[in-house]
This record gives sequence, C-alpha cells and structure tokens, in this order.
Amino acid sequence: MAKKTMFEKIWDNHVIYEEAGKPSVIYIDLHLVHEVTSPQAFEGLRLSGRKVRRPDLTFATMDHNVPTKDRFNIADPISKQQIDTLAQNCKDFDVTLFDLNHVDQGVVHVMGPEVGLTHPGKTIVCGDSHTSTHGAFGALAFGIGTSEVEHVLATQCLQQSKAKTLEVRINGKLKPGITAKDLILGIIAKYGTDFATGYVIEYTGEAIRGLSMEERMTVCNMSIEAGARAGLIAPDETTFEYLRGRDYVPQGAAFDAAVAEWKKLTTDEGATYDWVVEFDAAALIPQVTWGTSPGMGTDITAKVPNPVDFTSENERKAAEKALEYMGLTPGTPMTELKIDRVFIGSCTNGRIEDLRAAAAVARGYKVATHVEAIVVPGSGRVKLQAEKEGLDKVFSEAGFEWRDAGCSMCLAMNPDVLSPGERCASTSNRNFEGRQGRDGRTHLVSPAMAAAAAIAGHFVDVRDWKFRVESEVTA
Amino acid sequence: MEPFVRHTGLAAPVDRVNVDTDAIIPKQFLKRIERTGFGQFLFFEWRFDQAGNVNPNFDLNKPRYQGASVLLSRVNFGCGSSREHAPWAIQDYGFQVIIAPSYADIFYNNCFKNGILPIKLSEEQVEDLFQRTYKNEGYKLTVDLEQKKITDGSGLSIDFDLDEHRRQFLLQGLDDIGLTLKHDDAISKYEKAHEQRLAYTH
Repeated sequence: MAKKTMFEKIWDNHVIYEEAGKPSVIYIDLHLVHEVTSPQAFEGLRLSGRKVRRPDLTFATMDHNVPTKDRFNIADPISKQQIDTLAQNCKDFDVTLFDLNHVDQGVVHVMGPEVGLTHPGKTIVCGDSHTSTHGAFGALAFGIGTSEVEHVLATQCLQQSKAKTLEVRINGKLKPGITAKDLILGIIAKYGTDFATGYVIEYTGEAIRGLSMEERMTVCNMSIEAGARAGLIAPDETTFEYLRGRDYVPQGAAFDAAVAEWKKLTTDEGATYDWVVEFDAAALIPQVTWGTSPGMGTDITAKVPNPVDFTSENERKAAEKALEYMGLTPGTPMTELKIDRVFIGSCTNGRIEDLRAAAAVARGYKVATHVEAIVVPGSGRVKLQAEKEGLDKVFSEAGFEWRDAGCSMCLAMNPDVLSPGERCASTSNRNFEGRQGRDGRTHLVSPAMAAAAAIAGHFVDVRDWKFRVESEVTA
Repeated sequence: MEPFVRHTGLAAPVDRVNVDTDAIIPKQFLKRIERTGFGQFLFFEWRFDQAGNVNPNFDLNKPRYQGASVLLSRVNFGCGSSREHAPWAIQDYGFQVIIAPSYADIFYNNCFKNGILPIKLSEEQVEDLFQRTYKNEGYKLTVDLEQKKITDGSGLSIDFDLDEHRRQFLLQGLDDIGLTLKHDDAISKYEKAHEQRLAYTH
C-alpha cells in the first residue's frame, strides 16, 4: 500500500467526490460558528430556503464582540445586534450555542478542544483563520470565509483542492523557559509570513513531542501566520490523555476503540512530504516582534533592525514603513522598549497553562505604574479553573485586571482597544497595523514575557527573571 | 453570482507587501450583519486620518485614481483574518480585478465566491504594471478571462494562468452550493457509513 502522510490519510477519509481538474467535495465533521462571520451565511440560507444539514455537528459561541467586564451590558448597539443575531440564528436553525450565560462560552478555538469537540482525524472548519489551532490534535482544521460557512451549513461539505504537504521538522529540545510561542514566532521570523501558502504543515520532531496539548495548540494556531492552510501534529499519548473524559469525547470502550483508530492517523514511515524545512529548537531564545507583520520578529537580546540591512527592496520598504508605524529607531535594544499596555489572552495564549506561566512571573510583584495590564481567560472554564488555583488573586494583587472570557484585545472588536501611539506587549497572534486599535503598536510575545514586561515597564529577558515563591511573598 | 467574462477599467496601486485583511477592512466595521455597504470602509485607516479627514497621500485618494476597478498590489495580498468582509469591501468600492504576485489562501478563495478575479503574475510583471500605472495618468487595463489575457490598448499583452475550474466558475457565475448538492446521495451515503464516528454522545 502507498505510504501516506497524516494529511493524506485524513483527506482520503473525507472525500465524497473527486474528479480530475476539479476541487474535491470533502465532508466536514465539525463546524464551529461565531457571531462575526456567520450572520450573512444564515441569511443566505433563509434567502434560498435551505436548512442547516447537520445541526448536531455545528456548535456556536460568541467571542469577538463580547465585553470582558460587565459583559451583559453591551454598550455598542451594533455589537449587541451581532450577538443577538447569532442567538436568534442558532435558535431558528437548531444549533447548539454556548452563550454568555454558559460556562463553555469563550474563544471558539479554546472552547472546542476544551469540551472535547476536537478529535484526531476530524475535518474541522470555522469562519475564522485561527481554526488551525485544532490541528494540534491531528485534526485537519482550517479557516473559511462566510460564503463557505453558508456552504458547510447547507451541505456539511466543502469544495477543496488538495493542499501540498510541508514537514516543519523541529530538531533538538527547547531550553527551559522557552515556550511554544517563542517556537512558532521563531519559525515565522526565519521563514516568513507566506512560506507555507498552499501547504498543510505537519510539525514533527523531538521538541514537538515534548509539548503539552495547550502548547501544541499555540504552535498550530499561528500556522496561518506562516500562510499555511492548516497545521497538524500527530496524536500521541499526550493527546489521548488530554481527551480522556471530556464532555464530547467517547467514553469507556468507545474511547479505547477511538484511540485505536486515532493511532492509525500517524504519517507512515517512508511517506514523503512535498517540502521539508528544519528548525533548531535548542538554539531558540525568547522572541519579540518589532514590526507590523508576525514575521518581523527577533530575539529579546537583539536590537531593532535597520531597514538598510534588508537585501530585497520590498522587505526594506516594508521595514521602513513598519518602524515608522511602530515609532522605533534602528539599533535600540528590544529590552529598552517601554510599554504602556499588556494583553494576556487570545486563542493563541489564553489557556490555563498560559495563565499559570504569566502568574508565576507576576507572583509577588507589582505592575509598573505607567502600565495598564489585563488578563483575559480564553473561556469560562479557563476562568473558573484559574480562580480555583488562585491565579486571579495573584494577578489582582500584582495590579493586573482580571476579566471575563472573550477574544478581547487580540482584535479589539470589543471595548478593549489600544489608544493611538500606545505600545502593547501582547500574547496574541497578529501585530498588523491597527489590529489592537488605530495606531496602536503591538509586540507579540509569550505569556511569561508579557507578564515580565508588565512589571518591568519595558521588555525584559524572562530567562533572567527572579521568580518569587508563595512563602517569599507572604513573608 | 454575476458571470465575469471581460473587464476594462482604470488601474490603481496599493504599493505594499503583505496587505492584510485588517488593513483592507478594520474590525470596527465587521459588526454589520449585511453583505453590502463595506466599500466606504475599504483601507479605512490609510484613506482617512484619525479625525476622519481624507489622507491626500494615499494613492487611492488621488484624483487620477478615482473610479479605479483594477487593483495592483504586492506579494501575500489578503493575509491574516478570514473575514470575507475584505473582498466585499473591495468589490463594493468598485474593484473587480486584483493583480498581485501572490495571495493568502483564504482571501484568494473568498474572491471567487464573490465574482472578483484575483490574477497572479510574476513580481517583474507586477512591477512593470506599477510603473506603467504611475507613468500614465488614466492607465486602463482590459482583462479577458476567456483568453486569459491582460492588455492595455497600447501594445501590452500579458497571458495569465488560472485554474480551469475557477475560470469556468467565474465565467458562468456558478452557485457552488448547488454544485455540491448534486452529490447529495453520496453525502448521505457517507454520513450513513460514518454515523458512529460522527456522533457526539454528550
């Protein structure tokens, strides 16, 4: 039998119809829906008299517009209308909705895995580019536009051309204190924001095997920032242990049977990828972005680059524009950049392990007086868990604001917005111009780096951080 | 969807690499629940300053580019968010054709769903079109999807490549939900065969 990669196995398992020269019709196992990219799709169904084919495979939550404080009092009437429209559409079309009263409301890509909707081998789509997050489980998961949201609602299928396969092989182990966020930022800084366009990435290697599920989600989440259609990580014992016992995961003998199937998904030995790139994990140190594209990143020990050092004309011009927008002078050490705001949260870094890492740094310290810092848990469950562990108190005592779940300042559709000129250390995924607010200046970092920056008031190398344990704090 | 066969229109430059969908349409304008009316917000933070005044330095605001319908840009156009509001805004503003060396996947796909033609040319060819557009006020391009040709009426002729299925899709203005539903029996058969795997036992 022909050797296959994991992507090819999942693809072949989902082809309904194929014909040379045309996109294949593939089946979608799970469709996640949020309030921003779905209203026009539901409206399209109404106009054409169509129903949702599989409401049982469609799950919705509201996340983008949700205020993170006083969440039931949505000041912006248009935001409120979008949230209300989702609720009405879910009611009309019989779709399960985790609304603002539900413990599972949260960022759609935090919610899906957390409740156990995300399984290895599934095809998963959502009208959201960070759907790639779910690839951490060995699910083929990708973002789609609103027309395709309507297509999936109506048919539970999509017309797709088969992507090419790209192995991103991570050699060596991450050094202590170096996170999954540093890893994916490092990969994108090295290879660029479009190197994986047209490809589905499979991340392999020792460093990947050593990551927890939440860390794997951080890596796969930002596959889209490399241009990839999707990112995949082969399921293993770490995956199965994460899934065991979750609400929407088969239980008992059915779980064991599912695991046996999931184990077959791994790329066959001897299967070939269309392209392979390598990355040295052992050499990686904490990363921070300096520009307006996720690929404009560097080591925390480095300096703001000089545009004249870029070889291509386009890159030089882009760097000039980025530095102007970011208000940065070439040659300034990254650790000297003073910050005004800190955002800890998002589908990239809003999970419990992220909050633990940030809290460990914050414990026993105070946020710098000129800095405003918020912590936004990725979901209602993450919030509850953090409160159970007392992390909310660690943050509050240090001067971070503890908020309710949502996308928040990752894209600033809710009231959490940067003011013009403000510089922000953010654990989110995009540092585009205006992303966190008009003329706001975003630097992407890991949760630990963001927490350390909040306290120092400027970027610091978290490897030098003096962690304080509970006894020192209370003494 | 309206078929796309041939189009002649004024070319206008957005001379940047990695134009992301946040720049094409900022998030504060994604709250509408309609598909229409997004053109006024296209490239909003580049077209207007913080006070809402027109930025005269942004090319699309220059008198010579008013009424443009062919958009020129650089590599990785449309990267970032999957928001289909981006092609909706581009179309509503008046653009029917985009010419760039490369596009982000989701954006590229979204264009076809809305009858916009995104053409890929080499970086050198795109650079040449930028220069011609800058040099010649009122520079118009004709894009012929049947012939897969771009011409400018003064001797320029560029062949472009496009996946045949996508070309037919635009030429005929097809409804792809309708196309998929032709396979309704196969979909039902698949669902039956995978019933157990698909079921969420909650």
